[in-house]
Amino acid sequence: MATITHEPARRIIHPVHAILLASSLPLFLGALLSDWAYASTYQIQWLNFASWLIAGALIFAGAALLWAAIDFFRADVARDRAGALSLLVLLTTVVLAFINTLVHAKDAAASMPAGLILSVVILILALFATWLGFSTFRAGAAR
Amino acid sequence: MNLTRLATIATSAALLAACGSDRDIAQYGSNPDLPEKQRGLLPAMKIADPAGWGDRRPVVPAGFTITPIATDLKIPRQTLVLPNGDILVTEGKGGGKAPVMRPKDLLAGYFIGKGTSSVKGGDRITLLRDANGDGVYEQRAVFAANLNAPYGIALAGNRLYVANQDALVRFDYQPGQIRASGPPVTVTALPAAINHHWTKSLAASPDGRSLYVGIGSNSNIGERGMAVEEERAMVWQVDAETGAARRFATGLRNPTALAIQPGIGQLWAVVNERDELGANLVPDYLTSVRQGAFYGWPYSYWGANPDRRVQPFKEDMVRRAVRPDYSLGSHRAPLGLSFSAPAMGDGFASGAFVGMHGSWNRETPVGYKVVFVPFRGGQPAGAPVDFVTGFQADGKTFGRPVGVTVDPRGALIVADDLSNTVWRVTPARRPTQAAAAR
Repeated sequence: MATITHEPARRIIHPVHAILLASSLPLFLGALLSDWAYASTYQIQWLNFASWLIAGALIFAGAALLWAAIDFFRADVARDRAGALSLLVLLTTVVLAFINTLVHAKDAAASMPAGLILSVVILILALFATWLGFSTFRAGAAR
Repeated sequence: MNLTRLATIATSAALLAACGSDRDIAQYGSNPDLPEKQRGLLPAMKIADPAGWGDRRPVVPAGFTITPIATDLKIPRQTLVLPNGDILVTEGKGGGKAPVMRPKDLLAGYFIGKGTSSVKGGDRITLLRDANGDGVYEQRAVFAANLNAPYGIALAGNRLYVANQDALVRFDYQPGQIRASGPPVTVTALPAAINHHWTKSLAASPDGRSLYVGIGSNSNIGERGMAVEEERAMVWQVDAETGAARRFATGLRNPTALAIQPGIGQLWAVVNERDELGANLVPDYLTSVRQGAFYGWPYSYWGANPDRRVQPFKEDMVRRAVRPDYSLGSHRAPLGLSFSAPAMGDGFASGAFVGMHGSWNRETPVGYKVVFVPFRGGQPAGAPVDFVTGFQADGKTFGRPVGVTVDPRGALIVADDLSNTVWRVTPARRPTQAAAAR
């Protein structure tokens, strides 16, 4: 899919990769909103929601990371800085999301405020990673 | 399973991170050292790795011997020595029905379950009898079956009370009986929703008119929300005739064994305190249970040390909290309590035995033994003395003590819910007066 040719009908990003990459966004957003709701009400169910949403987002982001890494290191594709940055941001997102699952596994309010702060940072990174992911592939196709 | 492997890797990483941080400190007595709270990204964990006893035996002090008097039980928890010397053993495994609320619940349940017996709980009471007083309990009968995770057990007059995980029930009892004469009568329902801590401990007042029931919390530190902690983490006083119950003392996170102090009739409890605050927090304790007192959970520990993991926080509850009497050390998981008797010999005549199930929430295991807490003037005095040890060796765990009961004829009965054994510790050179006294 990332072979560089000049055929106009070529896919710019594989649909499955696109789904994986984009799917984590609403989940990370949901986690952030749930964390915010918990921090302002201390209704424990919001924290439970956040824990599952982060776990779900981590699965999609992790799969997208794996896909992107395989793409990046494939021998038949030229590696560029945009691709490297995209991969790096996605990797950081996944690592922080994993740490956030551990923070959310602390009991009750022990997960705050670190959990909320991490959720904000992760959402921004995930947005950035998704943006870069789609842009990189588009740039690649035009080359 | 991938999930399992991931968790194993994560746990190993946490153990490495925790290395060297869990030095055991002498944390006993009325004024224990309380270090700073600490909690890494993962709680430190060392789950017992079960193995059979083989030719090994638990270790007892010089001058004592230990023998298994019943094996292949179905999760023995607490024992009761009847006036004629017969022993009743409650067998069961409760809880396990708490809903999975978050990803952690899946993993924690799996790991902690690995350190326990895989045998299904018996939901019954077994009677053991040594008819000729030779120390061999040759007769074994099922006194009652079809109970619901029975745990606490107490005799008052001719009534035998049993604390199931959801109700306090009663049987009629006549001396010499080996089988209950009928199904139990419910005295009162007990708080049973979720039942995160399901063990209902029990003691009868000396006059037999009240039953004290220990009810554990529904969480470590309120992580299921405080709504599910209604009537939890407290000791109830139940009227034996009417079944009417009232709160006797509160803020006791998990009061796993209750006992009446001989002579003065004071109620005592051993209590399991909260986890995930570090290897040497929070001390589990032995305390007299004062009527109306609040012992801190969840807002504070060891008196007025706040634990702000529970929110919304209540500062006024911290100010109300009283300090327990005697620290047994953190994470030891005391599950058994029995006051001693002169027949246990000079060194062990005055004090209380405490059975410790052992830790999971620290790297170096602690507990996994029975200790003797000496008393002077009716109060705990001095360091706990190891009484039964050797439950762990070479990284393996052979047994985990639960209930302990002093037989006034001169023996300590220890229930072991990992090897499904009841052990009997006796002073070695004791003539068999028990048969004559029967």
